[in-house]
Amino acid sequence: MNRYLLPLVVFAVLVPVFVIGLTRDPRELPSPLLEEPAPQFALPSLHDPERIVGSADYEGRMALVNVWATWCPGCRQEHPFLMELAQQDVVPIVGLNWRDNRPDALRWLEALGDPYVFSAYDEDGRVGIDWGVYGAPETFLVDPNGIVIHKHIAPLTREVWQQEFLPRILAAGGAE
Amino acid sequence: MRHIIALLLIALTAGTAVAIDTGPAFEDPALQARYEKLIDEVRCLKCQNQTIRDSNAFLAADLRREIRRMLEEGKSDDEIKDFLVARYGEFALYRPRARGKTLVLWLAPAAFLLGGGLILWRILARRMAMPIDDETTRET
Repeated sequence: MNRYLLPLVVFAVLVPVFVIGLTRDPRELPSPLLEEPAPQFALPSLHDPERIVGSADYEGRMALVNVWATWCPGCRQEHPFLMELAQQDVVPIVGLNWRDNRPDALRWLEALGDPYVFSAYDEDGRVGIDWGVYGAPETFLVDPNGIVIHKHIAPLTREVWQQEFLPRILAAGGAE
Repeated sequence: MRHIIALLLIALTAGTAVAIDTGPAFEDPALQARYEKLIDEVRCLKCQNQTIRDSNAFLAADLRREIRRMLEEGKSDDEIKDFLVARYGEFALYRPRARGKTLVLWLAPAAFLLGGGLILWRILARRMAMPIDDETTRET
């Protein structure tokens, strides 16, 4: 009996390891930015190329930084929920329009509504690299001290918002 | 016939000749060599099983452009890797560095080999100690 015990124990340990491994999405990478200061940025505004917008505009406040583009189907999927969030006015939503083109992006906001306090126009993806962006939509929660306290990859949904974002916003003392 | 075979062989290898990175080469061959080595070792995060040399995703193009820029600025390979790891994590490097959490990747194979060897050695040692002749076991 004893000779079967060790293989059995090894098997019993390995099964949960593999089962957990199977349920995890390999496309969701842990961000090294978590609990680190959010990268600073200053870019032309999507609406007005002459105006420079960026991290200075939400300094000292909590902000939701949402990376979006018109070529990204997930962004369209989450857009109605972003509109809803903007109306609730819990936390200002900052748009990072990533690797897009201006006329398309403006048309999109006109047709679907604009949930963003402003959208920065990251034409060549330089700021996206600083934020470790590899696939839109990505959403970062930045606390009033400028620390990234959460990152969500994939469309934002009400469920994700309530389970992952709201508790952190409340824990950080709420918005404003 | 030989011509046809030659033609077919050329057709077979044609796929590998399609360059994705169409940027100009560095004037300094040493810099170009470092660039080629780096883009072979950096993962395209968008298309995870490709290097940024092999991928035509725009993220790969952006990362190639950044590496090119940093090389031109005189950054060292380590500085460039640090830049990528700080933004995308250790996963961005195909050849993980032997420090911190990734040390386990380098040490685990040796540990497994050692552990397996130890188990094998113990089994063999036990078998060696066993009497060879069945009749002797019956007698005792």
